[in-house]
Amino acid sequence: MNPLLDLILVAVLLLNFVALGASQLRTVIHAVALQGVLLGATIVVAHSTVTVWVIVMAGAVIALKGVVIPRMLFHAIREVVIRREVDPIIGCIASLLLGGVGTALAVLFSKTLPIAHEHIGSLVVPAALSTVLTGFLILTTRVKAISQVVGYLVLENGIFIFGLLLVEAMPFLVEIGVLLDLFVAIFVMGIIIYQISQEFSTVSTRKLSALKE
Amino acid sequence: MTLFLVAIAILVFSGLAAIFFANRSRIATALGAGGALVGCVLGLEPSFRGLFRASAESLQLPWHVPGGAFHVQLDALSAFFLIPIFVLAALAAVYGGEYLLAYRDTKTLAPQWFFFNLFVASMALVVVARNVVLFLVSWEVMSVSAFFLVTFEHEKRDVRVAGWIYLVATHLGAAFLLAMFLLLGRQAHSLDFDDFAAVASHLTPASAGLIFVLALFGFGAKAGFVPLHVWLPEAHPAAPSHVSALMSGVMIKIGIYGVLRTMMFLGKPAAWWGPVLVIIGLTGGVLGVSLAVFQRDLKRALAYSSIENVGLIMLALGVGVWGITSGHPTVAILGLAGGLLHIWNHSLMKGLMFLSAGSVLHGTGTKDLERLGGLMKRMPRTGVAMTLGALAIAAVPPLNGFVSEWLIYMAMLRGGLEFTGVSRTALLLAVGVLALIGGLASICFVRLIGIVLLGESRSSEARHAHESSGWMTAPLGVLAVFCVVAGMFPRALVSIFSQTVEQVFGISAGDFTATLNSPQSPLAILGMLNVIVWSALILGALILLVLHKNSRAVADATWGCGYVAPTTRMQYTGQSFAELMVTRLFPKSLRPKTSIVAPQGLFPSDGKLATEYPDPLSCGVYQPFFERWAERFAQLRWVQQGKLHYYLLYFVVVLVVALAWVVFRGWVMP
Repeated sequence: MNPLLDLILVAVLLLNFVALGASQLRTVIHAVALQGVLLGATIVVAHSTVTVWVIVMAGAVIALKGVVIPRMLFHAIREVVIRREVDPIIGCIASLLLGGVGTALAVLFSKTLPIAHEHIGSLVVPAALSTVLTGFLILTTRVKAISQVVGYLVLENGIFIFGLLLVEAMPFLVEIGVLLDLFVAIFVMGIIIYQISQEFSTVSTRKLSALKE
Repeated sequence: MTLFLVAIAILVFSGLAAIFFANRSRIATALGAGGALVGCVLGLEPSFRGLFRASAESLQLPWHVPGGAFHVQLDALSAFFLIPIFVLAALAAVYGGEYLLAYRDTKTLAPQWFFFNLFVASMALVVVARNVVLFLVSWEVMSVSAFFLVTFEHEKRDVRVAGWIYLVATHLGAAFLLAMFLLLGRQAHSLDFDDFAAVASHLTPASAGLIFVLALFGFGAKAGFVPLHVWLPEAHPAAPSHVSALMSGVMIKIGIYGVLRTMMFLGKPAAWWGPVLVIIGLTGGVLGVSLAVFQRDLKRALAYSSIENVGLIMLALGVGVWGITSGHPTVAILGLAGGLLHIWNHSLMKGLMFLSAGSVLHGTGTKDLERLGGLMKRMPRTGVAMTLGALAIAAVPPLNGFVSEWLIYMAMLRGGLEFTGVSRTALLLAVGVLALIGGLASICFVRLIGIVLLGESRSSEARHAHESSGWMTAPLGVLAVFCVVAGMFPRALVSIFSQTVEQVFGISAGDFTATLNSPQSPLAILGMLNVIVWSALILGALILLVLHKNSRAVADATWGCGYVAPTTRMQYTGQSFAELMVTRLFPKSLRPKTSIVAPQGLFPSDGKLATEYPDPLSCGVYQPFFERWAERFAQLRWVQQGKLHYYLLYFVVVLVVALAWVVFRGWVMP
């Protein structure tokens, strides 16, 4: 039990709803960037002893999730001129409702999961599950490629929170998580958005079904 | 050990460095081939030391991967396989540098070098890995980098098909390996090879047998045991020649390494293992050589010959294991010596054959037998090397192939004398089958040599063939010399396998060398005979040369005996050479498929004749099987909607169901 950690996680959960409910792409990206910064902070909070290496790790996470990737996303919005609305398949209210149901289910689920003793009662597992579900919700219900990237980022944040459970036992996994961020930054931004706008002169993933066999 | 790891690091990093020169083919080639050469030469030294040392050298580093440890060990068995890997890879790298430069205007060579060096490094890591995770990772890197090497000319449809067949076959094999290692790991409660050997005595015969069978399937898919061989005749012709040489010369032997390593884990072999290995060997040998006899594609014929030779190796090892389980050490030692020697010999000869086939392909642009011919005059160095390689593979006396086959015969005949009852009859009958294999192999290689090198050229490509440069013919020369020398000093060569045999089969090194030097196996005399045959040949050649100098013949066509104006229509074609055997000896299922539209009527219109050379197993068994399943799976096509959102939705559904399952189980079984 770590009250400061739980406090941060509550903020992360709230940011999930912001990302789901906002109608402007700009707001969504800001929410995800803030979520990234908070996650960087959780690394420091979750460690019982803070070493230089931990600070470096947290700094890297904040820089990547909070600054580099959001900047690239804004850059992409400017570059491939797209409308600034979110353009969801299901409405904002419906997404918010689904997100709420998902979070409630996540809390229920996490009670029954076989978790190590010291983590029972903490918000880590529910927050992770609910963030993963939110990520999936964004991925499945948004049309624009850029929202897909945002969805993937949220999903990845959820996995990152899971990693906090193991931060003491397996620091390796957290470090790999940072690498995964780099991967997202390069892979998704470079390939998907650029290619889609090049090939189809649009950035809607609906057009990808032209590739169906 | 440090030197070995340095060699691996050089291989990997020179490959990586080559990637950065994607636009500069020459620099990429120099970096890739040079790095491979340096790495292999450095790696040879620790490998040779490992071959003679009784105690193995090992290194264990912590590794973050769950269940994994960077545990490597260089023992005699590893060293036995490392030496052919490094020797052949070094030569193939030198050769490949020149061979690939022909493609530099149309292709980027850098990735090819990256994967080549990675391929060599991963093969070396496979044979020293002593942890399941490390082993499987190296194994996969080896398989996947070989896939990228095979699909070098991916703009051709055949090459892509060949690549896919290889990839599917190798992954099916890997699935068996995973099952085998899981079984072993569950018994040993560890994923370290050292712990596997410790539990051998606790294994029930049934589970040991199951592990052995899984290993035969898993490693057999790589080694090319019939009926898992179907990828070889596709992948070998498709790959660049130096890669085929490496794949056929050493990669398929890694499969045999796997079988031997598994037998080390399992301790004392069961009585049925030897006969099973003998049967695998005989089927592979007969089927491989029968199909090799009539192939029209030079490299495809060589690929089938590899299946045959892997069969011979397994036959010899099987006789050896049979000798151990039935308590006949002489049979065991002769069989194991023959099998191990044939592994090395085959690396040399098949490497030589594939490299010279590549030189032919390089000089003429074709590997179709019906378009070659008369190359001995135009490509003398390649021609001589190829002839020596073919003689060696066909087990003709003064060369190395003869020695290992002779040991296999000795083992089987001795087994026929010492065994009793059914096994005696079976083994003596198997000698007959081995003789059949040998006969067919000679026909096969006489045909290849005769059609490719002798007679008149069958096409303008062959008429305008050019000899390859020294970078390509020098490796051929080195391999040819190795083949000759290995035939001259068989006793010295076999006696350096004693540590390996002791380590794997528990036959003491002293017994091994003593038996091989005993009157029952006059290896020394055999080597001496080979030296005498060579001296006689050289002497004869010198005498002929001197005689020839004195009597200068004048070219005269008057009594030309019909050869005044030789044309290609007067000589055997590749098909007609094998025709008698194919139509009289082989069952219909093995023959090439011929479709004829005969000209008919008083004023016959054009007729048509087409011949195909499909693999009987892949078109008779695998193709119908996979097609039937493809039809069934086609009914699931509606799942593929082409919309990203649907696919992601599938993920969510699976995730939620999995979570629900965990919760539900928690409620039902608290």
